[in-house]
Amino acid sequence: MIPAAFEYKRAASAEEALALLAEHGDEAKLLAGGHSLIPLMKYRLAAPSVLIDIGRLTDLSYVNDGGDHLAVGALTRHRDVEINDLVGAQAPLLAAATRHVGDPQVRHRGTLGGSLVHGDPASDLPSVMLAMGATMVVTGPNGPREIGADDFFTGFLETAVNEDELLTEIRVPKMPDAGYSFQKFNRRAQDWAIVGCAVVVNDGQAGVGLVNMDSRPVRAAAVEAAVASGASPSEAADAAAVDVDPPADLNATVEFRQHLARVLTRRGLEEATA
Amino acid sequence: MLRREDPTLLTGADEYYDDLKIPGLAHVHFVRSTIAHATIESVDISEAEGMPGVLAIYTAEGYPGADLDLAPHLPMPLLPPHLAMPIPAKDRVRFVGDIVAVVVAETQAQAIDAGESIWFDYEPLPVVVDPVAAIAPDAPVLFEENGSNICFAVGIAQEDGDPCEGAAHITELTMTSQRLAAVPIEPNGAIAIPEGADLMYWLPSQSPISTRDALAGGLGLDPANVRVAAPTGVGGGFGPKSGAYAEMLLAGKAAQTLGRPVKWTEVRSENMVSLQHGRGMVLKGRMGFDADGTIVGFDAEVIAEAGAYPAIGAILIMFTQTMIQGVYTIPKLRYDAKAVVTNTTPTGAYRGAGRPEATQLLERLLDLAADEMNVDPADLRRKNLIPADAFPITTHGGANYDSGEYVAALDKALEAADYPAMLAEQKARRDSADPKQIGIGVSTYVEVTAPAGLHVEFGAVEVDTDGKVTARVGTSAHGQGHVTSFSMIVADMLGVPMEDVTIVQSDTDVIPRGSGTMGSRSLQTAGSAVHVASETVLDKAKQLAAHLLEASVADIVKADGGGLQVAGVPANALSWAELATAASDDAKRPDGMDPGLAHELDFDGSDATFPFGAHVSYVEVDTETGQVSLLRHVAVDDCGRILNPMIVTGQQHGGIAQGVAQALFEHVTYDEDGNPTAGNLMDYAIPSAAELISWETINTETPSPRNPLGAKGIGESGTIGSTPALHNAVIDAVSHLGVRHIEMPMTPMKIWNAIQEASS
Ligand SMILES: Cc1cc2nc3c(=O)[nH]c(=O)nc-3n(C[C@H](O)[C@H](O)[C@H](O)COP(=O)(O)OP(=O)(O)OC[C@H]3O[C@@H](n4cnc5c(N)ncnc54)[C@H](O)[C@@H]3O)c2cc1C
Repeated sequence: MIPAAFEYKRAASAEEALALLAEHGDEAKLLAGGHSLIPLMKYRLAAPSVLIDIGRLTDLSYVNDGGDHLAVGALTRHRDVEINDLVGAQAPLLAAATRHVGDPQVRHRGTLGGSLVHGDPASDLPSVMLAMGATMVVTGPNGPREIGADDFFTGFLETAVNEDELLTEIRVPKMPDAGYSFQKFNRRAQDWAIVGCAVVVNDGQAGVGLVNMDSRPVRAAAVEAAVASGASPSEAADAAAVDVDPPADLNATVEFRQHLARVLTRRGLEEATA
Repeated sequence: MLRREDPTLLTGADEYYDDLKIPGLAHVHFVRSTIAHATIESVDISEAEGMPGVLAIYTAEGYPGADLDLAPHLPMPLLPPHLAMPIPAKDRVRFVGDIVAVVVAETQAQAIDAGESIWFDYEPLPVVVDPVAAIAPDAPVLFEENGSNICFAVGIAQEDGDPCEGAAHITELTMTSQRLAAVPIEPNGAIAIPEGADLMYWLPSQSPISTRDALAGGLGLDPANVRVAAPTGVGGGFGPKSGAYAEMLLAGKAAQTLGRPVKWTEVRSENMVSLQHGRGMVLKGRMGFDADGTIVGFDAEVIAEAGAYPAIGAILIMFTQTMIQGVYTIPKLRYDAKAVVTNTTPTGAYRGAGRPEATQLLERLLDLAADEMNVDPADLRRKNLIPADAFPITTHGGANYDSGEYVAALDKALEAADYPAMLAEQKARRDSADPKQIGIGVSTYVEVTAPAGLHVEFGAVEVDTDGKVTARVGTSAHGQGHVTSFSMIVADMLGVPMEDVTIVQSDTDVIPRGSGTMGSRSLQTAGSAVHVASETVLDKAKQLAAHLLEASVADIVKADGGGLQVAGVPANALSWAELATAASDDAKRPDGMDPGLAHELDFDGSDATFPFGAHVSYVEVDTETGQVSLLRHVAVDDCGRILNPMIVTGQQHGGIAQGVAQALFEHVTYDEDGNPTAGNLMDYAIPSAAELISWETINTETPSPRNPLGAKGIGESGTIGSTPALHNAVIDAVSHLGVRHIEMPMTPMKIWNAIQEASS
């Protein structure tokens, strides 16, 4: 369909984007790659009266070596993450998961920051942030602040980013030697996951993030604890559906999702520890 | 031979209706019911009326909008008029998508904005979604005048008693051939242009010529005053993009009333509720066998969903009846079919249209029976296939099969598949209790092309004085490659280069009559017409050449360099330009010869033709997750004599993909209140190339005696043969776990659930 009428502003800098946010308040929405926001607007499920386009803030598109972590600019396109050498060497789980996002067209437009701020429990990349323990840098009127992945995803399509703030950088711990696996279960290659899981195993410590297993992106803490106490992948994976509240839809009942979470977590742990 | 139409298709040079630049264009938006069944208590257009760009708002009589005064729309004249669709809806809405108001504005966005500001007060009524529930004694009757929800019924031998009586073994199954959406890449639409007393339509249609008469009828106009044309680009159809839609009538009447061209650009989410859906049949079968596995009788019962206002979908149970005997020798057959109205989108013809359903039921029954009787499913089929020496043969369903080599097709498919190797791999996996199990599925099928009297078609061929040839046809290609196929026929017959042949179609200004492109009919009907017309032109040109070159007609042959010559005397030749020029010169023609080098006719193939084949599907099923991986799919499709092998292969590939889509992916779903729950392409899962494999397509060629080309249709074979083969394969992969049947689409969840149920 055709979106409702809106005013379009293009920000030339992060500062200008923040100023525009301050000016227009909750009437406004930031537009990054547009691959989550525009579909909502076309169905008129979202009707912001002002769109602030941050898509051309190329200075927020980068992957830098930050010492113990990789610093990824929020406007970095999925495709640029997917093929980045530093990401491939230092955070291969992120590259592997990014390869599963949508199709090439989506990956050339969508941004890592947009994917995280959208806060969709069915999105792939939040699970990687949870598994790897990433940190998000958010900039607002009072300057930047840091938010850990565990505190970032607060609810269905909700994150800890306030309406007057901009996600500027994602800090992903370097884990060059970690075992990892990204498991995505869907019916068609370009679909969102029915269930997915991101697994990283570093020095016997597992990080496991689940996709589409609750109203927000969640970590499988019980699985991580089981691995830490020496459980085998299949023993640990039994706890994959503990303490989560998965949705039911056309593709999966709650029971099927719980079952898939266990199967995928087992396969993920097996691959990560092989 | 590459397709002549591909360069413009691939470079985007074709024009689709939405690309056409029409001066003074206004845009129409249809406001649709968001509720499945209700009375319309009131409509408030006060806010929308004054919105920017709004030219007119129309509603049914009795509501505040203007009235277009159109008669209720009845797409199938066979059905009683009390089932017609009031346009716009009057008093009641009957499905989510029913048109309740029509907005015309300067731009599409303005029309949509105004439409969002029209308010409706509905009083909900009980909803009927499920076709079986629709005929239950306590079901709400949707059209009181109709007495029940049954809108059409047919049958065979309904009073003759149980056809399976005396059988040693009876296999029973109830299954659903689920509701599907055609999803042509270009949605529906229309441009209506008033020109004085006349009205011109651009339609993305499969059948612009015959749709003209339906539109003229609906508008109360003389067909001579209505012109309908399809642009060079029509982005697919698959069945439902033929015929007149309510939206086209409304756009046409609005254009006439406003005195301005009006365009309807259908968007995808609208297409998913407005374009007629396909399939939607509940199939119940009982098949009886004697002790050695020979079929003794078959009892079939069908309940078909017609949707809110019955259209072509209501009568497809006749095509199911035609094909209900399939490829098998069946001594006794009973068939009972009903179409019912529900509060859902009306159904229509969709690739296969009534024939796949018959095959799906037969092929599932054969596989189940083989499993129950512990015999090989291919052997059980071979034993019961109609033998090659039985043709022509008239079936219980009244089909008059022209020709067939069913056993040969099955054997060829099994050989190409290396069936024994597949069975060995399956056994190894079963023995090792591998979580990934192998399934093998076989189907044998026959279908009908150019059905229901559609075996007659217009065609004309004319040589112009510049030596170029124009052929006109009543069919209307929209991706099939007719320009290539038909110009091959002309070029071959007259000995002219393909580039010198122009194919004209799809415009009532230049095509007098024609049924359009559907039911896989075009080559055998219009192609045959072009063949006969070219042949007649050639004969006439030979007589003319004999006269001019002072030779006997028997000595005139096609010249190497084009035109005609005296055999053995290349210097004694006339080009096609010279022949056509002479033909229009009274001084040069022999006495009694009519001017011109042209011929036109309505080719009559006397009846439909019956393509057939056999498919073998080979899959791996992950029993832990229910995920299906396609490993191989072998298709032997016989469409009679083949004109252009690449085009035939292309139809097989696309057809198989669509058949696989029904087996595994696609399903138009509703919740219990009649709300569509798969109304966009995120939820309605059409597969992409990534989910599919390369099909192994093979052909046998058993000519049809019903046309000079020996051709049968190929457009729907892949769809009809592939679905049951894959359906059988997936169930076969888990049948050793106790699974007897899984409904389509076989999603991972349904497969996993079936395994859980069988093992508990
Ligand atoms: C066909 C299709 C298939 C897809 N498949 C998948 C898939 O398989 N897996 C998957 O994970 N995703 C998938 N996506 C979503 C895709 O990854 C999106 O691009 C991504 O989720 C959002 O990124 P974006 O840059 O497009 O954000 P936008 O759509 O521009 O914005 C999304 C939201 O985030 C806000 N926002 C964006 N950037 C910032 C910022 N820097 N600071 C603060 N707020 C911000 C916006 O205001 C908006 O609310 C798919 C999308 C499509 C269209």
